[in-house]
Amino acid sequence: MEQVSLIVNGLSISEELPENTLLVDFLRDTLRLTGTHVGCDTSQCGACNVQVNGKVVKACTILTLEADGAEIITIEGMSKKDGSLTIIQKAFQDNHGLQCGYCTPGMIMTAAELLRKNDNPSEFEIREYLEGNICRCTGYHNIVKSIQVAAKNLKINN
Amino acid sequence: MYDFQFSKAGSIEEAVNLKKLEDAEFLAGGQTLIPTLKQRMANPRHLISLLGINELKGVKTDGEKQIRIGATTTHEEVSREAVCFKGLSALAGKIGDPAVRNRGTIGGSIANNDPSACYPAAVLAADASIVTNLREITADDFFQGMFETALNENELITEIRFPIPFKANYQKFEQPASRFALVGVFLALFETGVRLAITGASANGVFRWTEGEKFLSENFVPGGIDELSFPNEDEFIDDLHGTGEYRCQLAKVLTSRAVISCSI
Repeated sequence: MEQVSLIVNGLSISEELPENTLLVDFLRDTLRLTGTHVGCDTSQCGACNVQVNGKVVKACTILTLEADGAEIITIEGMSKKDGSLTIIQKAFQDNHGLQCGYCTPGMIMTAAELLRKNDNPSEFEIREYLEGNICRCTGYHNIVKSIQVAAKNLKINN
Repeated sequence: MYDFQFSKAGSIEEAVNLKKLEDAEFLAGGQTLIPTLKQRMANPRHLISLLGINELKGVKTDGEKQIRIGATTTHEEVSREAVCFKGLSALAGKIGDPAVRNRGTIGGSIANNDPSACYPAAVLAADASIVTNLREITADDFFQGMFETALNENELITEIRFPIPFKANYQKFEQPASRFALVGVFLALFETGVRLAITGASANGVFRWTEGEKFLSENFVPGGIDELSFPNEDEFIDDLHGTGEYRCQLAKVLTSRAVISCSI
């Protein structure tokens, strides 16, 4: 067992855990933050994407101990303090950017990183950035559309 | 995943000392090692994290001649920072997907020497050298076959030194599920001639296509590449993603495309 201290969605957390605990299992099983999903568990699908120190990573492919001291943001930390949806989340809701919703948390985490880097991505750039996020409803068309709308609305808001 | 002990090294010396523990493995970005552990294809007793070692991070440029990249620099960092070697930064920006690029490292990729990985092609074509805690190894000596390298048991890659070619281009035909190279060709053009390295094609891992190098060093045009052959064609990977013959053809087509990209 090893001690880990990290900040998850703004809260300082310190826990003892087995060395081989994956970040996704720590988030889901210990912290009960079940918005981060396990899709493939083989680093392919991106349903477990979370932000670690400002960068999107696959929570199923990083040991929790490697995130010691890091700041983590999960899908639960994406909404506003009063629980209302952010611009990106609202765009997914308004544009039918989800069908079953299983891939959505990862899609939102990836989309947020893309829009931080590029405030006006082309359709091609969006599709390319979503390369590591798989939607098995194959609802990509509306996911791309949601991100395009989010980009526009983020600009208006700024 | 089997149980193991985890240590975070603070220096190269500490990492190398910890590696002397029984069944110890270095852990960099973990984008290959962690899936391997999850499949129980490896069972190390100790994992030594390298990401806390500051000396292993970052991209440094020595004039216009050479770029040095620390072993634990991520693909995302190389894609952003290796601007003086565009062929390399473009390659790094197309590895895997954004989340993999935020975590995976150049040293990890090269030490693993996956026969379909992208970086080994750049290292070999650009005639880079691999610096370890013990010595400096030329790319020609480093890659020794599928998942095999010249690294010894307690040897740690610290830095990769790339001479900057006059022109360079990487062409990758992606295996769409894994996003590894079904075949990838890295072409580097130096004043002394052309170097060509091919990944994804041979079961013995990345290799230099000397026949292609000789042809292009004499006449840098795409026409005629199709007539050339691969002396190691019988070693080409033949699997459900493509036959050896198909990979052979792809390697020629991608070489032609790399020549065209370098000619624009």
